[in-house]
Parts: sequence; C-alpha cells; structure tokens
Amino acid sequence: MDFLQLVISGLANGCVYGLIALGFVMIYKATEAVNFAQGDFMMFGAFICLGLTNTAHLGLNFWLAVPIAIATMGALGYAVDRTVIRQMFGQSQVAIVILTIALGFILRFAAGTIWSHEPVSLETPFAGQSITFGGVVLGVNEILIIVVTVILTVLLYFFFSRTRLGVAMQAASQNQLAAYYMGIPVKRIQSLVWALSGALAAIAGILFAAKGAIEPNVGLLGIKAFAAAAIGGFGSLPGALVGGLIIGVVEQVTSRYGITGLSQIAPYALLLLVLIVRPGGLFSQTQKKKV
Amino acid sequence: MRFVFKTSYDADINWFKHKYQAFWYVLLLAIMLAAPLFIGSYFIGEFALVLIFSVAAMGLMLLTGHTGLPSLGHAAFMAMGCFANVLMLNAGIPWLIAFPLSGIIAGLAGTLIMLPVLRLHGVYLALATLALSILIADIVVLAEPWTGGVAGMIVPPISLFGQEIDRFGTPFLFYYVCLAVTVLVVMLYRNLLRSPLGRSFLAIRDSEVSAQAMGIHLAQTKARSLFLSATFAGLAGALFGHSAGYVNSETFDLVLSINLLIMIVIGGLGFMHGAFLGAVVYTVIPLALAIFRTFLQTAFDININIPGMEAGIFAGILIIMLLFEPMGLYGVWLKLRTYFELFPFYRKDMFKRQKSYLKTERVQ
Repeated sequence: MDFLQLVISGLANGCVYGLIALGFVMIYKATEAVNFAQGDFMMFGAFICLGLTNTAHLGLNFWLAVPIAIATMGALGYAVDRTVIRQMFGQSQVAIVILTIALGFILRFAAGTIWSHEPVSLETPFAGQSITFGGVVLGVNEILIIVVTVILTVLLYFFFSRTRLGVAMQAASQNQLAAYYMGIPVKRIQSLVWALSGALAAIAGILFAAKGAIEPNVGLLGIKAFAAAAIGGFGSLPGALVGGLIIGVVEQVTSRYGITGLSQIAPYALLLLVLIVRPGGLFSQTQKKKV
Repeated sequence: MRFVFKTSYDADINWFKHKYQAFWYVLLLAIMLAAPLFIGSYFIGEFALVLIFSVAAMGLMLLTGHTGLPSLGHAAFMAMGCFANVLMLNAGIPWLIAFPLSGIIAGLAGTLIMLPVLRLHGVYLALATLALSILIADIVVLAEPWTGGVAGMIVPPISLFGQEIDRFGTPFLFYYVCLAVTVLVVMLYRNLLRSPLGRSFLAIRDSEVSAQAMGIHLAQTKARSLFLSATFAGLAGALFGHSAGYVNSETFDLVLSINLLIMIVIGGLGFMHGAFLGAVVYTVIPLALAIFRTFLQTAFDININIPGMEAGIFAGILIIMLLFEPMGLYGVWLKLRTYFELFPFYRKDMFKRQKSYLKTERVQ
C-alpha cells in the first residue's frame, strides 16, 4: 500500500512535468524552436492565478481566477511569439535557446518583483482534503492533477486529429512550405501554438501550486520537464507525457528507497543515460539529416 | 579602407594584418600593463575578474562560437579546474606546476565525461550539458572528502618566486598574474585559429557534412575542441578560486554556465573579441547598478533594492542584442568601422546574411 501511494504521488508530480514537457514539445514540433522558458511560463501562470485568488492579494473566486490565468498566459505566449520569436526565424537554434533562457530570467525577475520571492501556496477550495480508498490515503489535489491531465490529453488528441485548426497545426509542423502552399497562415498558426502552450503551462502551474508552495525560482522545474521531453523523444507528444510520468515515479521511488541525494540526481542521470544510449529518445522521431 | 597587397602566403596567416593593427593591440597591452598606476585596488580587482571571465568565455567561445557546439555546462569545467588546483596546492605542489596541470585535468575529465554526448546536435547537446551542469553541484557535495562539500574550502594564495600573491593582500600582483594568463591564452587561441585544427573547427561549425566530405574526422576534432575549451575553462576556474578565496558547492552553479553563454552572445558569437566585450559587460552591469543605487539614495533618498535586478537587466540587454544585432557588440564595432572606412559608400545591408535558412533535424 505504501508503494502504491508513492507511485500515485509520483504520477501526480509526473503529470505536471508531462504537461510542461507537452508545452515545449508542441512548440518544438511546430516551429523547431525550443522554449527553455516553459518552466518559467508555468511559474508565471501559477503566480497570476495566485495573485487573483489569494486573500493577501485580490481574493477573487478560485473558479473565476483559473480561466483568467489560463487566458492571460495564452495571450502572453501569443505576444512572445509575435514580438520576439518571429524576428529570430531562420537563425540557429542556439540563438533561440539563449533567447528563451533570457526570457525566463525576465519572467522570474517580474514575478519576484510583483509577488515577492517568498514561497507561497495557492488557496484552493480543496486544500488539505484527502480521500481514503482501500487503505490508501490520497490527497484530492493529487487525484485532481491526474484527472485533469487525462482530460487534457483526450481533449488535445481530439483537437489535433478532428478540428480544422488542430489539423492545420499538424500540417504546419510537418512541412511549413507545403502547408503555406495549401493556404494555411503558417505564421499565425505558430503564434497560436505558442498561445496553446502558454495556456498549458498555466494549467500545469496551477496544478503544481495546488500541490505545494511556489516561488519565482520554481521555474527551474522546467529542466526536469526537459529531461521528460528528451526521454520521450523530443518530437513526440505522447512521449513527453510518458517521459514526465517516468521522471515523476523514478524521483519518488529513489527518494524513498535510494541513498540520500540520489533522488535529486536521478532525473538528470536518467536523461544523460537515455541521450547516450538512444539519442533520439524512447519514441524517436528524428532521422539522419540530409544535406 | 586599407588594402593589404599580399606577396606571400605568410600574409594570410600572420598575427596581424598590417602594422597599424599591431600598433593598436600593443597600445591596448601597454594600457592594461599600466592600469595599476591609475586605478585603485578595488577596481583593479574588478579588472582581474573581467580577465578571468574573459578566459572562461574564450573557452566557451572556442566550443560554441568556433566549433558550433552549444554548452550549458562550462561552470562544471571551471569547478573541476578550481578543485584540482586547490587539491594540488594543498598537497604541496608548486603553483607554477599545479595551475597548468589543473587546466589539463579539467580538459581531460571534461572530454571523458562529455565524449558520449558529443555526437548529439544543437538542442540535445545543450540539454545534455545542462544536465551535467546541474549534476556538478550534487557531485561536489557527494565528493566531500576532496571538495569540502557544502561547507566549502579555502583557496590558498599563489606563491610565485617566493612572493605570496593574494587577491586582497597584493591585488596588483594578482592582476598581473591574471593578465599574464589571459595573454598566454589569447596567444594560444589566436595561433590555434591559424592552424589546420582551428580551420577544421570552423568547417564543422559551418557544415558537418561538408567538413566530413573534406576529410575531417568529426568525433576526433570535436573532442579536441572540447578538450581545449574545457582546459581554458579549468584555468579560469582555478583563477576564479584564487579571486574568490573560498569555494563551495554553490560557487559554480547553473547560473554561471548560463551567464557565460549570455556573455559570448552579447559580445559576439564567433569572434575572439566577443569574449572580452561580453566579460566587460557582465562585470560592469552590477557595478553600474550599485553606483546608480547609491546615487539615487544620496541625491533623492530613494531606496530601490530589487533582488534579481542584475539578472533581469542582463537578460533584457541580451534579448535586445539578439533581435537587433545578432553579431553582438563586436558586430556593432565592425559595422561602425566599415561605415567610416567606406564613407560615404556604406550600404545598410552590407552585413546582412545572404541566405538564412533553418537547420532542421527532421526530414522534410
């Protein structure tokens, strides 16, 4: 029972990593840019929701604050692509990596200035509640994280396979030039992908903040999500989620059964191992480059 | 514009294009040598720090700017150099032997660790080095018997020709030591870029496939570039240890790695000068902010103390730089110089890249 509880807690963490990873895999697939600021997007989304909800700040209703936070982060994602990333189109990937790292620094600075550097937790209607299910004590927030992630996955699946916009996004990510010839507004589609991943980051952030305290530096968690994405293979959406779950569970299990310090190292050691053994990740989508 | 009439092959590989260029660099060296005469001991310490960061940035420039391999893990190599240096000094090995050796140890260890991930490209390499950079803090803690772990360890002063050199006791001598190391590294770097090995680095950066077609052994050349790069970083790390006087597991963290990368981009990716310009900007910003803050406080009684402001401003400058001047500060200088040399014939698009395309890893 103890082990089961550990695994479920790990899965809940893994869902957050997976959602962040999903965000930058989407951006990577659509624009070939890697958003190193995705973790900071998550942090910022969580802080917006917190700033609206917590009694110390605005004290709005939680269920009103969540959609506002998601919409704001979506708009931010769109704006970032429209104003900054699009100017970098055609330059090397390294330049975009550095640019997004710098964006992350700025978001962290902004969050620290607006909401202070102290760790705070989000006041949710279900904080501290738990359910006992067959001898296993589960926090409501952990169950909520898993449920929301499953719902989001199903929604995203239908979005990408059934809706006009989703199919257009797929087309633009597979072959920009061909998509352009078919009359798809590739530039706007890319901005919309950024908006979608901003919204996803906000959801991940709210879920994460419901589970524990957040502070501006929590965006560094994005690095674990990177490990998740790379383990899953960078171009694969299901891979990102699976990678996130693997990281979450491994982290929890090693912290319980491994020597001290191992749980901090485990995700990155796993990442290095996967990169060495299977450079394309578990769900590899890259092939040998042509000239 | 000055045209050099080349009458021998040496003209292509000489240190300087013409004697006027040589004059300016000698003048710069003379100014650097004479600097302690004009400025106080506090600013000379900052000068030394600029030189140390320049050496580290040159290490990263060799790998990222000239070989095209991004690295987010150079603080790890600095840490290796620093701890190796301190351990050897504590074991009683003279500084003149321990210092170069610490660079070589960092180079060898870095190459061994990074060898498996060197076949990765772009983003994946950045990720792998990022993982290394995070792991180093934990490794330093785990290797407590050698590194002192979280508690850290004190770096002994440099003893050279019977003279104790210490950042606080004898700041001017320490500055000269840093200057000497920097000049040596610059000479090595410049020579390297004129050699077949340096040319093959550039070939790999521009196109791996065509480099391979011209007979360059990719894995071997990349490993050599990494070795030299990690060696420079290790030397800088050893000097940084002497400058800080005390190092622990948090001295060489991820932020330092990221800052090094930001430094070379602000300075100008692919130019040796860029490493220096970036290091200057990186050191000047906190200083300027501190001076501005005291000015506000004394003149208007306004107290602004926002934590993380340095990082925010540094990042803001970087974004503006990347958007409007991808060639960095050195690019600005190049454009200015060309403008005046060609006056009035300078055209706006002179430095525009002829063809820009996205290097993709996917099959289209």
